[in-house]
Amino acid sequence: MREVAVIGIGQTRVEEHWDKSLREIAGEAVLLALQECGLEQAESLYVGNMMSGSANRQQHLGSYIADWVGMRYTEGYHIEAACSSGAAAFRSALMAVASGSVDSAIAVGVEKMTDSPGGEITTQLATAADADWEADMGLSFVAINALIMQRYLHEYHWSKDDFAGFSINAHANGAHNPFARFQEPINKAGYQKAPMIAEPINLLDASPMGDGAAAAVLIPLDNIRKQAGQKLVKVVASTAATDTIAAHSRKNPIWLSAAEKSVKQAYNQAGISPNDIGVFELHDAFTIMAALSLEACGFAEPGQGPRAAIEEQICPKGRIPISTRGGLKARGHPVGATGMYQIVEVVQQLRGEAGETQVERPVYGMSQNIGGSGSNIITHIFKSE
Amino acid sequence: MEIPRHWRLKKQRYGLVGEVCPHCDAKIFPPRDVCPHCGGEAKTAFNFSGRGEVYSYTVMHDAPAGFDQNTPYAVALVKLEEGPVVTAQLTDLGEEQPRIGMPVEMVTRKIREDANERGMLIYGYKFRPVLR
Repeated sequence: MREVAVIGIGQTRVEEHWDKSLREIAGEAVLLALQECGLEQAESLYVGNMMSGSANRQQHLGSYIADWVGMRYTEGYHIEAACSSGAAAFRSALMAVASGSVDSAIAVGVEKMTDSPGGEITTQLATAADADWEADMGLSFVAINALIMQRYLHEYHWSKDDFAGFSINAHANGAHNPFARFQEPINKAGYQKAPMIAEPINLLDASPMGDGAAAAVLIPLDNIRKQAGQKLVKVVASTAATDTIAAHSRKNPIWLSAAEKSVKQAYNQAGISPNDIGVFELHDAFTIMAALSLEACGFAEPGQGPRAAIEEQICPKGRIPISTRGGLKARGHPVGATGMYQIVEVVQQLRGEAGETQVERPVYGMSQNIGGSGSNIITHIFKSE
Repeated sequence: MEIPRHWRLKKQRYGLVGEVCPHCDAKIFPPRDVCPHCGGEAKTAFNFSGRGEVYSYTVMHDAPAGFDQNTPYAVALVKLEEGPVVTAQLTDLGEEQPRIGMPVEMVTRKIREDANERGMLIYGYKFRPVLR
């Protein structure tokens, strides 16, 4: 396998892009990424997206986006893995370049959610779960996460307020990210007053929907002529693991086995331990997922995830900075695009381009994208050199 | 609505018919033909008692399309006494608040109906507090 570097990144702001279509926002991210590295096109294109078939009545996004960005004749595919579609697209692009099959690839994640009414989007998001045995019973995707969080509070004796720090950190960081959906800080009183969606999950535990796209260009490391002072970001680990589609089938519904599996393999590939990770963009779709991710990845003992938030270990200056550009909570969660936003943000951090929320000289950065309620978890580790 | 998909599940939805593994005796619901415990083939039908307890619960205020007339409603992970955990709505709670550990039993109820009056009515299992 060849070593691969990310040489270009691009993103649109996460918001309600009423005046733009799915292909316009995806195209914008792709073209920004290409411009940044001075390429005109790539040999292959992977489009991560969860629900364009139902939300936008459009599938076949490989051809659709390749055509739109002037890359006709390029190889192109639509990659779907629910909320982890973005990282799945990146991993596909990586495998294509690492294998030697192509010499350049673009991964773009895109979701255009405002083309369908909210109730329909809620139904479509639930297709990430088991249709026969979870969604058919009237559960939304939020409800499944609420069941996990409620049990977690019960077993480990945390109160709901102990999770406030995850949202406060995310919003504080999002306030400095021009691409974030929400750019206003929040405080504990605001968190406590937020309306309940499905107890114990309230509006400020949950990440917002939005329209967005983020992209990256990958080429073999050996094809780069490094210029003096230039920081390169190379991919040092890429792993993925599935778990049962339904949360109720897991031996322990409050432990992310697939995260543990993929992250252990990732640390092995990179030859590092959790202590070496300088920045971690995790999948804080809900505050409970941030806690479970920290635990599964070795940054907190089982049941102790909230402590990292309470002790402010997760801030940009803390022991394990997370959601440094706002995370899913404040940057926003345009489902199939999210995994690519996480990767773009880790690349910004490793290049030293993260502005006010720049982590001090990180060498390794990690991103972890979670599909469903923990049923598909993809981990990437990057190194700056 | 996808009629065949619901019709196909009638034994499970109306009678909690799952499977028992002939190799390790694990009880399996919903049926999956491969035992999640030992990996052996498991196609022997098994009738669950319908008794269990609440493993976790939540109350939904914002429902998916087709369920919005019922909000707020309680849903739960129910640990059946034979072992498996199922996802279902709680019903007949009256004044009682759902709680973890609450003993519950399966009942057949209307799960949803199409807005269109010629549409389908879908029945299936919900769980209620055990009657004393």
